[in-house]
Parts: sequence; structure tokens; C-alpha cells
Amino acid sequence: MHNAARLVLLLIVLSDLAVLGTTRLTSCIRGLAAQGVLLGLLPLLLAPQLSVHAVSLGLGTVAVKAVVLPWFLARAIREAAVRREIEPLVGFIGSQLLGALAIALAFAIASRLPLPPTQQSLLVPVSLATLMIGFLVLTTRRKALMQVVGYLILENGIYLFGLTHTESVPFLIELGVLLDVFVGVFIMGIVVFHINREFDSLDSTRLTELSD
Amino acid sequence: MTWEGGAALGILGIAAPAVPGIAVKTKSLLTGRRGAPVLQLYYDLWKLLRKGTVYSRTTTWVFRAGPVVMLASLLVATLFLPLDGRAAPAGFAGDLVVFAGLLALGRFALVLAGLDTGSSFEGLGASREVTIASFAEPTLFLCFIALVLATGEISLGGMLGTPLAVAWPRAGASLSLVGISLFVLLLAENSRVPVDDPATHLELTMIHEVIVLDHSGPDLALILYGGALKLALFGVLVVSVFVPRADLSGGVAVAVLVAGVALVAVAVGVVESIMARLRLNRVPQLLVGAAVLASFGIILQLH
Repeated sequence: MHNAARLVLLLIVLSDLAVLGTTRLTSCIRGLAAQGVLLGLLPLLLAPQLSVHAVSLGLGTVAVKAVVLPWFLARAIREAAVRREIEPLVGFIGSQLLGALAIALAFAIASRLPLPPTQQSLLVPVSLATLMIGFLVLTTRRKALMQVVGYLILENGIYLFGLTHTESVPFLIELGVLLDVFVGVFIMGIVVFHINREFDSLDSTRLTELSD
Repeated sequence: MTWEGGAALGILGIAAPAVPGIAVKTKSLLTGRRGAPVLQLYYDLWKLLRKGTVYSRTTTWVFRAGPVVMLASLLVATLFLPLDGRAAPAGFAGDLVVFAGLLALGRFALVLAGLDTGSSFEGLGASREVTIASFAEPTLFLCFIALVLATGEISLGGMLGTPLAVAWPRAGASLSLVGISLFVLLLAENSRVPVDDPATHLELTMIHEVIVLDHSGPDLALILYGGALKLALFGVLVVSVFVPRADLSGGVAVAVLVAGVALVAVAVGVVESIMARLRLNRVPQLLVGAAVLASFGIILQLH
């Protein structure tokens, strides 16, 4: 169980890097969906024994993060007819190097944090790395849809951090968080769609020119 | 060196031309063609060795030295790898720098030979080859650093030998990342598909092939054999990282190595049939990705 959880956490970092390195929005969303599945596996692998709590948390995560949200984003792409992130603010090589730097920073910070000893030492650094990479995607991509993807990765990082306390956090709060994210992305999807219909573009830099 | 090591060295030298053959055959079968025989390169080498060589009047000794230096440096580099999974025929502390240096020397000789012809196409190819190499070499060193951290050895023979088998249970994740990174390097260094297309016939799109356009006869045979040997060499590196063979008896270790390299060749063929060549400006991104994987491996070691 311990090794399987380790493997899943490593795969999560790799899916972060994959999202950082791809130009096609559909591959980014596929990466995000894969990350959702991995995140859904984690509560099951980390729980000392299989509980209803862990299983339902895993199932809920997979349903929201790996099925509903990617499906919704894929639909938004189809409606808005955007396929590629062509010119991000930081180039793809630059963002991959920044991603590596973020991972290094995350591991360095996590080893200095005064955390209680947990059963899975990789959980905190991976959550910090995912958080930072999500923030990187959120800030350096121009397409509004990619910024939504960045936001979701950021949220995945927070979710990972929350997993360190699965035993003490009530189930309802976690469900509430999942619902919040779902509604947030839902609204963002609708906004993105309307921006696209109004201005024929999803380039967020052009939104600075808005005035009433 | 054990007798198995010597035998493995001989097998590597003799069977190397079959490695690209396996890759091409796999690609052909997967894309619904019959393809050239696996041993095609042997026929080509035999044909080329019997031919005369044509030298352009603008070329100098640099052009003639290119293929010889390239092949010689690759042959010496082979000696640093522990083919029987225990010890390398040659080796000393820090020989991994020499290994990378020998690979670079071979490339340098070939690039100079290409530039010596004065052909603009070959200059173009030389510049591309060197550009790609400048991204590939740091990645190779990052992989080596991760291996050094995992095993505590600073010679190739040491770190790919017994200590690697000890390190696997402890640092398996990191070592698999290194292995994947090395496989990407294999594709880049040997001009295989996502980086370069060995089957292309248009000079403008070639990278490696265009440098050797002016070579003919035995010189070209040396280059082709050297290319096959380099592919086999990187195959040995990948297999050695993924399958530590120190616990196996000598003969079995060599058999596993041969099977492993053949499998790597099949993997190359599979990659070639499912991927298109990347645009030239996307190639650095692939190699930086490999470097990031290797550095993630290093971070995991330090954790």
C-alpha cells in the first residue's frame, strides 16, 4: 500500500509536468483527467483500512475531477473552437524548467516544515509542487481555458494537502469543497463561452482593454 | 573482466548492425509493410566495403579522419560499460565524464567532416546536430548524477554493476525516471523519430543523414556501423539501468542484456510508428522534458 501510494504521488507530479509541457488543450485536459483518477486512488491507498469514508471520498473525487470537470472543459473547447495554447507568457521550455524548480523548492520547503510525522513522506512535497505548478499554469497561459486548468491543478494541490488530515476532516466538508470547485468551474466555463462569443477570442490579455 | 564480459563485448560488436534492423522491421510490421530484412545493414556494409571511395577535391584530411575517429571513440566508450552486469573491461573513478566526452568526440569528428566538404546542406545538418547535442549532453550528465547519488559510485562500471541492484529497492522510482530519460536521449542521440527521421530523403529535413551525404564506400560503412554501435550502446545503458544483472550468473546476464537491447530496439520501432517527427523548434522542449525527469530523479534521491 505504501509503495503504491508513493507511485501514485510520483505519477501526479509527472501529470503536472505533462500539462506544463503540452500545447494542445485537449492533451492538457486528458492530463488533468488522469490526475483526477490518481487523486481518487490516493484516499484508498492512504487509509489504514478500507472505510466507507475513504471509498466514498475516492469515488466522489474520481466522479468530479476525472469525469465531470474534464468532460465540461472538453465541451467548452468544442464550443469555443480553441485547440492550442500558442504563445504563453513563459515559453514551454521556460515553464518546464520553472516546473522543475517548483518541484525542487517544494521538496526543500517540505523538509523544513515542522510537520507531524505522517505515514507518507511524499504527500506534502507533492502537494506543494502541484500547488506551485498549478499557479504557474494559471499565471503564464493566455487562454482563459488553460487558466481554468491551472486553477484546477492548484486546487488538486490543496486537496492533496488536505489528504494529510483525512482522518480528522469530516466527510461533509470535503464534499462541500468538491462542490465548490465544481460550481466554480461551471461558472468559469459559462463565462469563457460568453467571452468567446462576444469577442471571438479567449486571449485573456485582450480583456484588459475592456471598458464600459 | 570475466570471459562472459569478453563474449558480451564480441556479441555487441558483431550484433550491433542488427539493432537498427529490428527497429526498422518493427516499424514496417506495425505500419502494415513487410520491410527490409533485419540483417539488411550487414548486406549494406558488405556492399559498401567492396566499393571505392570518392573524395571531393575541396576536402582535407579532416574529412577522411571523421569516420575513423567516430568509430574509434565509440569502440573505446563501449569498454566502460559493464556488459556482464558486474564489472567493465576498463574503468576508473570519474570515467563517466570520459564516456560522455568520447561520445562528444565522435560527434565532433563527424560534424567537422561534414563542414569540411563545404556543402551548405551539410553545414545545416552539422549545426542542427550540434544544437540537439547541446541539449542532450546536460541531460546525460543529469542522469549520471542521479545514478551516482543512487549508488555512491563514480565510475560507470561501478554504478551500473552490483551497487545498482542494491539501490533499486530503495530508489526504484528515481531510477525508472532516469531510465525513461535515457530512452529519450537514445532517440535524440541516434537521430531516431521524434527528433530526426532516418528514413527521410529530403536534405532540408535531415539532421544526421545529411552530414554524411558526401561519404562513400568504406567510409560510409564505418559511419553506418558506428551509428548502429551507438544505438546498441545506448540500448545497453537503458537496459543496465532498468535491469540490474549483478545477481544473475554471467551467461544469463549477457543473455538478458541481448534480449533487453533487442526489446529496446522494438520500443524504438514502436515509437517511430506511433509518433511523427517533431518540428525542429519543439525538439529542445522534448530534451528539456527529459532533463526535468532526470532532475526530478535527483530531487527524489536528495529527499
